[in-house]
Amino acid sequence: MSGAYLGMPAFPEAAKTSTKNEQLRANLTHATHTIRDKRAAAVGELDDWAQLRQAGKEIKDNTLARLDHYLLQAEAAVQAAGGTVHWATDAAEANRIVADLVHAKGESEVVKVKSMATQEIGLNEALAAEGITAYETDLAELIVQLGDDLPSHILVPAIHKNRGEIRDIFAEAMGRWGRPAPDGLTDRPADLAEAARLHLREKFLRAKVAVSGANFLIAETGTLVVVESEGNGRMCLTLPETLISVVGIEKVIPTWRDLEVFLQLLPRSSTAERMNPYTSTWTGTTDRDGPQEFHLVLLDNGRTATLADEVGRQALRCIRCSACLNVCPVYERAGGHAYGSPYPGPIGAILTPQLRGLQSELEASLPYASTLCGACYEVCPVAIDIPEVLVHLREQVAEQVEGHRVERAAMKAATWLLDHPAALTAAERAATRTRALHPKRLPLPGPAKAWSDTRDLPALPAEPFRDWWKKNRKDGSR
Amino acid sequence: MTTARDTVLARIRAALTDIPGHAETGTPARGYLAAHVPGGPAALLDLLAENLADYRAHVHRTTAGALPAMLARLLADRGTRVLVTPPGLPPDWLALATVERLPDDGSLTAHTLESVDSVITGCALAIAETGTIVLDTGPGQGRRLLTLVPDHHICVVRADQVLASVPQALPLLDPGRPQTWISGPSATSDIELDRVEGVHGPRTLEVCILD
Ligand code: SF4
Repeated sequence: MSGAYLGMPAFPEAAKTSTKNEQLRANLTHATHTIRDKRAAAVGELDDWAQLRQAGKEIKDNTLARLDHYLLQAEAAVQAAGGTVHWATDAAEANRIVADLVHAKGESEVVKVKSMATQEIGLNEALAAEGITAYETDLAELIVQLGDDLPSHILVPAIHKNRGEIRDIFAEAMGRWGRPAPDGLTDRPADLAEAARLHLREKFLRAKVAVSGANFLIAETGTLVVVESEGNGRMCLTLPETLISVVGIEKVIPTWRDLEVFLQLLPRSSTAERMNPYTSTWTGTTDRDGPQEFHLVLLDNGRTATLADEVGRQALRCIRCSACLNVCPVYERAGGHAYGSPYPGPIGAILTPQLRGLQSELEASLPYASTLCGACYEVCPVAIDIPEVLVHLREQVAEQVEGHRVERAAMKAATWLLDHPAALTAAERAATRTRALHPKRLPLPGPAKAWSDTRDLPALPAEPFRDWWKKNRKDGSR
Repeated sequence: MTTARDTVLARIRAALTDIPGHAETGTPARGYLAAHVPGGPAALLDLLAENLADYRAHVHRTTAGALPAMLARLLADRGTRVLVTPPGLPPDWLALATVERLPDDGSLTAHTLESVDSVITGCALAIAETGTIVLDTGPGQGRRLLTLVPDHHICVVRADQVLASVPQALPLLDPGRPQTWISGPSATSDIELDRVEGVHGPRTLEVCILD
């Protein structure tokens, strides 16, 4: 993959381009609305959703409060089960560790199961620079990789491509990467999936080294958990001799029992299923079954800096379900690429600036890429108050970034929103619906606290004006 | 020399100075339900069958006595010639099947498994609410790759293995064993959100539930 997120234009510019792309917007609207409605139904099946959500939030908060303790416990458990644990302070260190491990095996290719952590650190590019080819094996990631493109959604990374485009990419590029697409490939999804199956199976059967991420790392047992649909995860976690898992330090949870909370919260929030098709768990290595060598790379790369922020650290609770993307009126129109990182949408708007710091206009503009409608908070299965963090980060931008740059970034993002009435209307409507959940006062810490303490937020009207107008105007009045 | 490990741990400790003594905020509230269905055994089997079918597994209801005949028929209908069997599979299950059997002694490779038609296994347990079967490589289940590489997987679930919910299932499972939780066959919705069964892994999952 040659596309890189770094150096991408700030949110407003990127958003300007993507909102002009009618196809992208149509695809995104369809995808987000479909998943959003299904999710609401799947969540509605559980009477105790609020309690599960509360438990998920508290388990994650407890873990973060003693993160050092749980990481050490996990490290000891993984080692006791026959695994090796590596620590990486940043992307370069993590990439170095993985490249060295692959070299040590004498290999020049690896198969990969979709992992946002490895996207975040640019692992594929780093491996390529070392002469190692990394094959993405998730169907959507394959489409993105063959098309020399970037993922645009956490859950459906190639949602910006239509079946016809996918057919063309497969027909054109598969041969260059391995087994070519069958002659006369049609654009039927089943045929496209079959072509991917054949193309990738050759790689699975050949690969000696696999790289994965993980959804959870269980401290008490050292168990890793990968949740997926297609089975490419199972292939990577089972067939190669060596498995390397790159896992953010925030992925740790204390106990095996805690899975009962997250395995209920995650599938329903993510793909709106009662359970995803496949979940794999492994603890170190198992004699004659699966990889005989297992390496866990624990990744910091900005997470400890995020942890240090009392308001912003809640972003580390994120279980990457993507529910917040699907309800966000801004994401729906701007698309995933506009956020300039593997983490798009509302969670990206708070996570990216925290992981990377406010180093460029992109990061400084992200906290403004929102209408603060609150829909993301409402759906989040671990109750991350994204609007609260956005407001908090805006304040940091105002404090830390020199005048010109911050104004430019903020004004452009705000202007972009005002320029897109559709985004704004949707946001207002969503905000009205969630009105009961809105705090009367913004809980701003630091210097802004005095300000927010003395000012009530204007109450949101029961119905946005535009909706009222549409409903109440006489027929033919326009 | 400071290692990356020391650095990360030191950063974490420095980041948490606002939390006195690194205390946890308390035991997490676990006010959620242990299960969502009133679990009469018969109702649980129905729910498991329904939820598995919802994910496009082929579900068959039968009894232990009628299982051998059913398995023989399923394999014949599929046109299976070579069938992989894991160690510890109850021998009477296949008493009536006429297919060629390839028992796994721990040495079958993925390449070999590519060329077989079907695999049959039991399971560790099943979860009705979510339509999930769990394999933990115990007797009659085999190594992980047995149920991964062949295109057709038949899984037998006994009534006494069916639990209502994830919270009921987890305490019965040993995290030390590798586990595969399966809810319907492999699926993708990556192309225009159209669901397609089977990108990798078995494209056909048949579950025989014994009453
Ligand atoms: S912030 Fe919440 S809703 Fe968004 S991806 Fe993370 S867990 Fe899901």
